[in-house]
Amino acid sequence: MVTPSKSLVMRRSLAAMPALRGLTRGEWWWRAFVWVVLLVGAFIMALPFFWLVSSSLKLEQRVFQFPPQWIPDPVRFENYIEALTYKPFHLYVKNTLIIVILNEIAVLWSASFCAYGFARIQFPGRDFWFGVVLATMMVPYFVLMVPTFVIFSRLQWIDTFLPLTVPAFFGGGAFNIFLLRQFFRTIPAELADAARIDGCSEFGIYARIMLPLAKPALTTVAIFTFLGGWNDFIGPLLYLNSPEKFTVSIGLATFRSAMYTPRWNLMMAASAAMVLPVILVFFLAQRYFVQGIVMSGLKG
Amino acid sequence: MAIRWFDRLQPRTLAGKRTLVGYVFISPFILGFLLWFLVPASTAVWLTFTDWNMINPPKFIGLDNIRELFRDKLFLQALKVTTNYTIISVPLGLVMSFLLALLMNTKVRGISFFRTVYYLPSIVPAVANAVLWVWILNTEFGLLNVLLRSIGLPKIRWLQEPEWAMPALILMSLWGLGGSMVVYLAGLQGIPEVYYEAAEIDGAGRWDKLVHVTIPLMSPVIFFNLVMGVIGSFQVFTAGYLVTNGGPQNATLFYVLYLYRNGFQYLKMGYAATLAWVLFFIILALTLLIFKYIGSMVYYEEAR
Repeated sequence: MVTPSKSLVMRRSLAAMPALRGLTRGEWWWRAFVWVVLLVGAFIMALPFFWLVSSSLKLEQRVFQFPPQWIPDPVRFENYIEALTYKPFHLYVKNTLIIVILNEIAVLWSASFCAYGFARIQFPGRDFWFGVVLATMMVPYFVLMVPTFVIFSRLQWIDTFLPLTVPAFFGGGAFNIFLLRQFFRTIPAELADAARIDGCSEFGIYARIMLPLAKPALTTVAIFTFLGGWNDFIGPLLYLNSPEKFTVSIGLATFRSAMYTPRWNLMMAASAAMVLPVILVFFLAQRYFVQGIVMSGLKG
Repeated sequence: MAIRWFDRLQPRTLAGKRTLVGYVFISPFILGFLLWFLVPASTAVWLTFTDWNMINPPKFIGLDNIRELFRDKLFLQALKVTTNYTIISVPLGLVMSFLLALLMNTKVRGISFFRTVYYLPSIVPAVANAVLWVWILNTEFGLLNVLLRSIGLPKIRWLQEPEWAMPALILMSLWGLGGSMVVYLAGLQGIPEVYYEAAEIDGAGRWDKLVHVTIPLMSPVIFFNLVMGVIGSFQVFTAGYLVTNGGPQNATLFYVLYLYRNGFQYLKMGYAATLAWVLFFIILALTLLIFKYIGSMVYYEEAR
């Protein structure tokens, strides 16, 4: 499931493994205790997931059974087909992907471009503007929500994807600039100097040296951007009105009201289908999650 | 003439050229800052003094929106709900995720499996999370009441009783504590082993090491999670909007939900902007207070 040698966190625990052999009795009991506590906790944390999947595979009347059926019988995979065709989810997925892909392009380009300026070029006013980057990170989204909506409605952008995509081209988010700047600063200056002597411009250094070297950091940003776009609810809720422009989030949120009585097995199937891509991304990119946190310098 | 003007714009010195290139690189951010930050922020200031429903032209009403705040019982209710939620859920989440991260940091079998299980809930999309928890909290058939019934306890009407709705949402928030747990874990991994070895030589036990090594060295991370936790909990929206819709009897009318309703359901843009500014100043004041009173307890290695 995990490739231990690839993960920062796990590499350290692996290095400490030989210590396992010479355990004292007290240490052994302590670890056994920790293990049991973790196992009980893991069971509690996993239970809602299990309940989600279990409910999503049940017959409608079996959902309301007491004592509950933990393992569905019969297993109804048809629930998924029925749930995802109950409303035009294929359309919602398409819309969400358009928004996510545009955001990926915007954020990866814009944040890395700005971050390079902040990380590798000395110029007057740079530190002031970087202070502005950090300051914008601290202003809550909701404070600017109303006036931003007003501006977009003046621009006649309501009920289009523009409010959900265009802003990302302008800086790509303060957090991403911050994260990429931290990473760029770790790349040796000699590489850029050598290229400069060969007559390469700053833009060439950015495009030909920095970007290829920054792949791990860019992947982190790409993952966070995907999760942000896929999970976003408030943005689409504010800006999208017509049902054919809905994203997966809004589609799922309106699922319940679309039914005469809530059909829990179908609602759970649709929810599980929305969770699945997120979990897939998590497993494909697990090591970058921890790296992203370490890189952003949060560990003090 | 035009050519000479252009010549002057072309920086002649190396430093001047670097400045120009630097500004070109950060220009997307500067433009974005002006367009999506300064313009909305100044619009928000102006909106505060107006009565506007987005259809008729805005009407200047001076300080009426601010006076309205003091008369508005729901504003006070929203403030109370959000404060209660913050006071309970933030410390609870902080302590629990720290304890969890400590356990995660011991070298036991299957630790990467445990890390995954505890972390996964925190990346579940908010809407899917809400739909799932409405089902878990269902009075008749929900997981939580099924468990209560199986150990002989009476069922609780989680989302229908005003006194149970908030505990239900706090429980829901605890399911997602894996996010701050990972931040703690990254911090714990960064503590050099030699500190513990030195403490052991001095005869320190497990408790001493926790109190005298781990907690002081982790205090910047704890502090970070505290600040982010408070800022985040004042902006809880999706749970209140989708799970309880502010009810029952406004028991879960979170501040931001009330702000959203004023702006986008009642179309009181001016009042919503006023509420937003109040939120901003509350968060700012809280952050400053936390920095002043708790920030001084934070231990930084460089400061020695």
